[in-house]
Amino acid sequence: MSAQTADTGLTAMFDHPFMQHAFLAGTGIALAAGLVGYFLVLRAQVFTADALSHVAFTGALAALVTGVDARIGLFAATITVGFALGALGSRGHADDVVIGSVFAWILGLGVLFLALYTTHRSSGNGTAGVTVLFGSIFGLDASHAWEAAVLAALLCLAVIVIGRPLLFASLDPAVAAARGVPVRLLGVGFLGLVGAAAAEATQAVGALLLLGLLAAPAGTAQRLTTRPYHGMWISSSVAVAVTWAGLTTSYLAPRIPPSFAILAFATATYAVALTVTTRTVTAIHPPVPSPATSTAQRSPTSS
Amino acid sequence: MITAAAADAALSWNLVRDVRQMFAYSFMVNAFRAGTVVAVTAGATGWFMVLRRQTFAGHTLAVAGFPGAAGAIWLGVGATYGYFAFCLAAALLIAAIPTAGGATAGRAAESATVGTVQAFALACGFLFVSLYKGFLGGVNTLLFGSFLGITDGMVLTLTAVAVAVLAVLAVLGRPLLFASLDPAVAAATGVPVRALSVAFLIVLGSTAAEVSQITGTLLVFTLLVIPAATAQILTPRPALSLALTVLFGLLVTWAGLTVAYYSPYPIGFFITSFAFGLYLLARLAVHAHDLLGRTARTSHPAEAAA
Repeated sequence: MSAQTADTGLTAMFDHPFMQHAFLAGTGIALAAGLVGYFLVLRAQVFTADALSHVAFTGALAALVTGVDARIGLFAATITVGFALGALGSRGHADDVVIGSVFAWILGLGVLFLALYTTHRSSGNGTAGVTVLFGSIFGLDASHAWEAAVLAALLCLAVIVIGRPLLFASLDPAVAAARGVPVRLLGVGFLGLVGAAAAEATQAVGALLLLGLLAAPAGTAQRLTTRPYHGMWISSSVAVAVTWAGLTTSYLAPRIPPSFAILAFATATYAVALTVTTRTVTAIHPPVPSPATSTAQRSPTSS
Repeated sequence: MITAAAADAALSWNLVRDVRQMFAYSFMVNAFRAGTVVAVTAGATGWFMVLRRQTFAGHTLAVAGFPGAAGAIWLGVGATYGYFAFCLAAALLIAAIPTAGGATAGRAAESATVGTVQAFALACGFLFVSLYKGFLGGVNTLLFGSFLGITDGMVLTLTAVAVAVLAVLAVLGRPLLFASLDPAVAAATGVPVRALSVAFLIVLGSTAAEVSQITGTLLVFTLLVIPAATAQILTPRPALSLALTVLFGLLVTWAGLTVAYYSPYPIGFFITSFAFGLYLLARLAVHAHDLLGRTARTSHPAEAAA
């Protein structure tokens, strides 16, 4: 493709309403995902987002089967499970094996709903499952895009409001608790926010790929700076930048699906950050429990 | 295909006749053969995975098969090669990356890396599917599996890989157990902890690739994690819980196959539900046992709470 065609393609890009909607929703969703993702990586809870992505699939399909707006099922399922995971685990951290067992079953339920939907609703929409799993940001209409953007703005606001205490509670839970920070409540509330962010991101990149939008920009930020507030802004800026780049690429080369393009840019950015900072990094991270302690936690306590 | 099987498959009261009838179909015989092989392999590998708390890495390796299969079909190669190529590549990638940051890269950075690898793998799968026109319906089979249409050749390949995986696990088993339970002491006594962890990721990758072909990439994780989690709740003894894991895996798979044969609904739902049901039962049983033990041992409430 010559530079000239790319140029005319780019100037005409915003003439298309579907591109305007995609950019509007994409920017909001990326901002929220970047902010929430930063804390998710800081708290080493990325696996929780992995679980929520499967819950999102089941929630959306359950709504489709019952004939409700898919987004209602999506948000209801992810926020409920987010709160539940926070409430079940000690101090807002649930055991990975428990999470894994639960979401494996929830995904099984999703498969059932998919079968019910494709066999009982002969609307010819056999690709509903694929749309939920991999997203269809170019298919958003104006009202959906605006709703997604407003919700994303609210999410960002919520993260900023609880940002300071959450940061404290994430970096040093013991000291934070001693200073009167409600560590457990913050952990549960934060997972509720992660649930909402997962439901938002499902609309942009799909249930299976939202993990990348949450993890890759945040991982990049963790590699580039040790200062939390800089990290938060780097994370959301990277998320927005890769979303714009992905949408533009997919517009110029229609055979490439937008969710793949966004994920490809996100992964490339993270890979570059990893290689560049390999020598110099002294990344902040929460105190790493040594393998010995985690073994002690799960072995039956001698009574 | 499903309706054809369901048409003359009706449950009667004669169980022996029903089983005979089910096994009269060669596709059901192959499904049971493949299911058995897959359940044993997934159980043995999954037991170590749960012990090592590598559920996230396991799940990532499990889904890495999706782009492999989709890419292989797009290129016109056999899907089996795609599964193995991508699962093993992802295993090596996960094994390599955490060391790139040196000792300072903690659990936080590692989980971000694993998550990114997983999402990118799935995105690649979606790209291959989109590039291969007219294949969108097949996505569901790749993701959620199908027990129909398993050939004799596939069963043979699966068995060969299973034997290799189990042989490697048998050789590595003791040091791997040691290194998983107490890496610091194991390293101090000269066990190559790092090499073992890479070797285990490769075993996990091969298992994921193998199991994906039957259960679909999204449901591999069920057979890896739930039977092992159930067994490890029930007993702390390694040999016994490993045996229980394999047993639970087999029971769940056989029950899932049988029910799916008589029902129009997908096998993935039944296998995950049976497995999760067993897991809940195990938790309840242990809980009830603890309660009974406590009330029997002491009538002192303060002591019971301690």
